[in-house]
Amino acid sequence: MSSQPRPSKSPRPNWVSTRNPCKACAPLGAALVMRGIEGALPFLHGSQGCATYMRRYLISHFREPMDIATSGFSEATTIFGGEKNLCQGLDNVTSQYHPALIGIATTCLTETIGEDMHGMLHQYRARPGEADDPLLVHVSTPAYSGTHIDGFNDAVRAVVEQLAEAGHAPSAYLENFVNVFPGLVSSEDLRFLKEVCADFALPATLFPDYSETLDGPSMEIYKKIPEGGTSLAALRATPSAKASIELGRTLRQKRTAASFLQERFSVPAKRIGLPIGINESDSFFAALEKLSGHKTPEKYTRERGRLVDAYVDGHKYLFGKRALIIGDEDMVVGLTSFLAETGVLPVLCASGGKSGAFARSIAEVTTHLREPAMVREGVDFMTIAEELALKDLKPDFVIGSSKAAKLARTLGVPLIRLGFPIHDRIGGQRILHLGYRGAQQLFDLVVNTLLEVKQDSNSIGYSYL
Amino acid sequence: MADILRERERQVYRKGDLQPFQLDCEKQSAAGSVSQRACVFCGSRVVLYPIADALHIVHGPIGCASYTWDIRGALSSGPELHRLSFSTDLQEMDVVQGGEKKLYAGLCELIDAHQPKAAFVYATCIVGVIGDDVEAVCKRVSLEKGIPVLPVHSEGFKGTKKDGYRAACDALLKLVGTGSPEGITPHSINILGDFNLAGETWMIRDYYKRMGVEVVSCITGDGRVDEIRRAHGAALNVVQCSGSMTHLAKQLEEKYGTPFIRVSYFGVEDMSKSLYDVARHFKDKEMMKRTQAMVREELERLMPQLADYKRALTGKRAAIYVGGAFKAFSLVAALRHLGMTTVMVGSQTGNKDDYEQLRELCDEGTIIADDSNPLELSSFLEEKDVDVFIGGVKERPIAYKLGIGFCDHNHERKEALAGFEGMLNFAREVYSSVMSPVWRLTPRRRGSNLEVVK
Repeated sequence: MSSQPRPSKSPRPNWVSTRNPCKACAPLGAALVMRGIEGALPFLHGSQGCATYMRRYLISHFREPMDIATSGFSEATTIFGGEKNLCQGLDNVTSQYHPALIGIATTCLTETIGEDMHGMLHQYRARPGEADDPLLVHVSTPAYSGTHIDGFNDAVRAVVEQLAEAGHAPSAYLENFVNVFPGLVSSEDLRFLKEVCADFALPATLFPDYSETLDGPSMEIYKKIPEGGTSLAALRATPSAKASIELGRTLRQKRTAASFLQERFSVPAKRIGLPIGINESDSFFAALEKLSGHKTPEKYTRERGRLVDAYVDGHKYLFGKRALIIGDEDMVVGLTSFLAETGVLPVLCASGGKSGAFARSIAEVTTHLREPAMVREGVDFMTIAEELALKDLKPDFVIGSSKAAKLARTLGVPLIRLGFPIHDRIGGQRILHLGYRGAQQLFDLVVNTLLEVKQDSNSIGYSYL
Repeated sequence: MADILRERERQVYRKGDLQPFQLDCEKQSAAGSVSQRACVFCGSRVVLYPIADALHIVHGPIGCASYTWDIRGALSSGPELHRLSFSTDLQEMDVVQGGEKKLYAGLCELIDAHQPKAAFVYATCIVGVIGDDVEAVCKRVSLEKGIPVLPVHSEGFKGTKKDGYRAACDALLKLVGTGSPEGITPHSINILGDFNLAGETWMIRDYYKRMGVEVVSCITGDGRVDEIRRAHGAALNVVQCSGSMTHLAKQLEEKYGTPFIRVSYFGVEDMSKSLYDVARHFKDKEMMKRTQAMVREELERLMPQLADYKRALTGKRAAIYVGGAFKAFSLVAALRHLGMTTVMVGSQTGNKDDYEQLRELCDEGTIIADDSNPLELSSFLEEKDVDVFIGGVKERPIAYKLGIGFCDHNHERKEALAGFEGMLNFAREVYSSVMSPVWRLTPRRRGSNLEVVK
């Protein structure tokens, strides 16, 4: 069949093109972050299509309205510069949406023609007679550099950088609070993080927070900007926190919001892996104990206890099962840590991202494995398929976003849909990945998926396993 | 009432308004208006996408390829090269040094690996800006590999989605005429502007087969390069989705003298009329008889089943917002057939004639909008107390958030909605959303129910 590549002569050809990408572009991550600010509207400086495509991509995952404005470049704009469109766009968005903040991300086009965003926004703010302007923040997200995850993390940092004000913490924030930068996780994960912090009596600024804006209730009247999100007051007060927690082992050292707050305002930064599975969650809960001065509430120790008990109940179904794990780097590291601690063998951990810290992070969370997992960063789905065939890896199941569906189907093994994006199932925004509770759900899901395979592929049709 | 941007005041009209009808359209979306439109690239990609034995490579940074990977329901009866996503994935150094080398290498390796019948190279926003000569690279690879390698000038900012259609048609025009028309019969057509969503082209092809009409090529549903190459041998071009394909039909008429007619395969009346128009064109009494018999047979099967849906749906209100206005005409008629009223209708790319025709077709009070956006659309849905909204993925959450039914009539759908069978599917789709009991639990309906009780 012409759609299948013919076997190549060299064992691993260096493909120049990207074939079935395992990543999206940077502005998408930035737009998602802007949706996690209270009263904010995401705005892309570039062509109309970027906003529309990213809206569709995000809508298909969250199944929620996701308005992204754009300056809508034309040919003339590209030649003469986008200032007029930017100003008109900001005016129109302001008059239509009345946002408290407009979060502007650039695109490949505006980065390539070298738009002076700083200067143009300065001019815009300085124009006469517009006292009630929304706040404008801007993040540079050239789509030819990095992935949606880089755009996401850069936007988190840019917003914090541009809004942070030393010593301006309102009274509500004066008490021993922390900043929590969770990275790209589900709406349910964000709700969970807020719940945990509240249970520790630890006031926390969670950013971004699209737990409500991208998983909200049914409405009678359309809300132009959905309720929820990190408040501007909280974002201004980030330098007054007693510490920042950032989740993700592969975050780039100098490029995060937490590292900025540490360097500029001496807010200690604590980096922990995404708390997926018992080991990574233990580190997270230990950090919360230290920062709050409270012991882990019994609710969570009981969750942990039940989870260990479940691991024991199910360990034989999982031991030695071979998993292919694909997705955003930190999600893959977390899931690998979880799977490895249950007895699953991660045979290949792959990501379209290329932080440089992926292999090291996987090694860190799989030290007890007798065979180290193979790790591939910056790869696409066809390369992964070729790698599997070349090394005869034969996974029993795949864990990843729904973009892995085609690959799993070709392999004839189940795909357990986790992470982002999930475009072929409902409820991607409501999957809980984090904490003991999240691990419990993941564990049951993985075991039951494998039991189902065992049951369905068996001619006897056991009804008791 | 909708809060409409000043720039857009003349792009929204209510039938029965005192002012003379004049709807602004075919203009660039106002900056900051959150248009539902995509871009030039989208227009090209959507038209060429279903050609299943061609290589489609997106030249630019990764986003454009990621966002268009296997998202359409355009089926193939054979190769499925179109369902893969290929990109040059330009990086910072390529932007600095130019992307021609990468494009050349990428094209060569992919053509070697997949042996396509042709390759389409989509130029995205920055390609022109960094000065890549895509045309030259295509020419070189075409010579070296011996297949047509066609540049598609689809830089996102160079106009609207319609300009993308045109760029796609221009690429197709280079293919047509390069194959031999030998053996094509006089009663032959090309199907233009059907994209074989959920197998629709196959249904339509079957109707034509039963009529005794030879289908030379489908442009582009279940499309094949070799068929398109000999499309100039067909006696008639039958154009659906006229927004995207009229340009090609006109060019083919000019170049090869092939006449064309416009049709629509949506809804009972339009479907029947399309087949009769084709039969009438060939002035063949036997063909007309066969067509009449076929339509009768299909309707006898369809009508009793539709009647049941009609009983349930009569009096319900629908809103329509779709890409092309031509589809909207058919939808208004199809909904009327189900006893429903269209209270709002709009499109991304309609022209003056389209909107005039829509105005004539619609009832008093109907809102007609060009290039609308979420805030307007949500306000129309609220104002008109709509029961079902017909649109695409981007429109869906607007309806659902407000507790309103929805029917997907865009390229992502997996239900066949064209043809006689498609009309039944359409009725079922609308019925299964409108009649769902879930709306009773939503704040919107619960509120109005309580008012009735008072």
